[in-house]
Amino acid sequence: MKLFFHLGRYTKLMGKVFSRPGKASIFFKQILKEIDSLGINSLGIVIIIAFFMGVVITLQTAYNIENPFIPLYLIGLGTRDSMILEFSSTICGLILAGKVGSSIASEIGTMRVTEQIDALEVMGINSANHLILPKIIAAVFINPFLTIISIFIGIFGGWLAGVLSGAVSSENYIYGVQYAFEPFYVTYSLIKTLFFAFIITSVSSYEGFYCTGGALEVGKASTKAVVYSSLMILLFNVILTQLLLTH
Amino acid sequence: MIEVKNISKQFEDGYKVLDDINIVFETGKTNLVIGQSGSGKTVLLKTLVGLHEVDEGSINFDDRNFTTMNFTERKLVRQEFGMVFQGGALFDSLSVIQNVMFPLQMFSHLTHAEKLERANFCLKRVDLINKNRLFPSEISGGMKKRVAIARAIALNPKYLFCDEPNSGLDPVTSILIDNLIKEITEEYQITTIVNTHDMNSVMEIGDKVIYIYKGHKWWEGNKTQIFDTDNTELNEFIFASELTKMIKHKRG
Repeated sequence: MKLFFHLGRYTKLMGKVFSRPGKASIFFKQILKEIDSLGINSLGIVIIIAFFMGVVITLQTAYNIENPFIPLYLIGLGTRDSMILEFSSTICGLILAGKVGSSIASEIGTMRVTEQIDALEVMGINSANHLILPKIIAAVFINPFLTIISIFIGIFGGWLAGVLSGAVSSENYIYGVQYAFEPFYVTYSLIKTLFFAFIITSVSSYEGFYCTGGALEVGKASTKAVVYSSLMILLFNVILTQLLLTH
Repeated sequence: MIEVKNISKQFEDGYKVLDDINIVFETGKTNLVIGQSGSGKTVLLKTLVGLHEVDEGSINFDDRNFTTMNFTERKLVRQEFGMVFQGGALFDSLSVIQNVMFPLQMFSHLTHAEKLERANFCLKRVDLINKNRLFPSEISGGMKKRVAIARAIALNPKYLFCDEPNSGLDPVTSILIDNLIKEITEEYQITTIVNTHDMNSVMEIGDKVIYIYKGHKWWEGNKTQIFDTDNTELNEFIFASELTKMIKHKRG
């Protein structure tokens, strides 16, 4: 029953979020601020994670190829497809759920418990729309760029690790990266990223928006935001994969 | 003028926090709502501004029934509100001047220079100068309250709501804040409602005093009448401290 309560309240909140913003100039500024806060500030961690994921995928694939009949360029192909299909969208999504999700929930939760949201409401401002919509738009806009960057960084990390460890030659790896490229995989990855960006921002905002109490509850809301965003990402990963990749 | 007619409010756990309250808050006067912690003062104030919905009764702002209005209609009335929250409720991410300019940015059609001028005027009105660039975390509690008052009066409100504006402040700053609220009320002829349990405030600015006891309006009068009342619960409340007992004793 609690699940239905939260689903209903979440839907009602989204109804308030997706209404006409108050003042366009302020709204646009808010979006730019959120792009910087949620996207640009996450670039560092996305690059680091993508690089090491690429490295590990390459080394593990090389380690597991024992059969001399399997061509080594498959290491490049494996790294490319792993990064595009799963790691750049889903794993980066999960990492961002931790970083961005907790930050959103604690920011909005603190605003709730310190009556800043009440102050907005008393002024006649739709607080849900004012606080949450810029975050959703910013994340949905910037996260696909993060995914694209992480794909390139991951493939680069794999190349560096493969060449430096001697697991695969540069030519073989690059040939593998170019071999049998399926452009729809990128589309699939970007579609997943859009869904995940929406999940991270909306679920975390929901947890923060309905937070009551004090510092302890803000901390709990932050934890819940990460847990529920991650679970929703994993669930939607399955649903979207089933919908988009199966024939 | 704000007219509260027979309002009642019950929470989900069944506790009736406001029970059949009738009050008229007069224009140009500081209307003080006093009562113990948990008596329902804050719920009453939040109900007046629409943060809580009433279960029964109506709230009229100059004959406009606020309780039956939809969001858009309320939005217009709310632009006539100024509210000072207990903790100030300043926006952490904005500087002092940005906080005061915020309602102007959202609702006025002034140029940036005019907004800045208005915000500076409001800050000067609350005796807060040269603090424009500081953030809420960098100023004292008293300053926060003053910024909150400056923000509340930025749009020339018709109704000013203050929730325990001097809680947590030293006596000198408390009196400053009280006097500032009274001056602004009289200067701009606004309807001001102040929630407090500070007897100093009652003595300083209590043009009209309403005592709330366990969710009921228990007594109504002014700062001079309050010391002569024979209301038992109110006497227990106001003469709880040695200081007020001494004042009563001296008054005979």
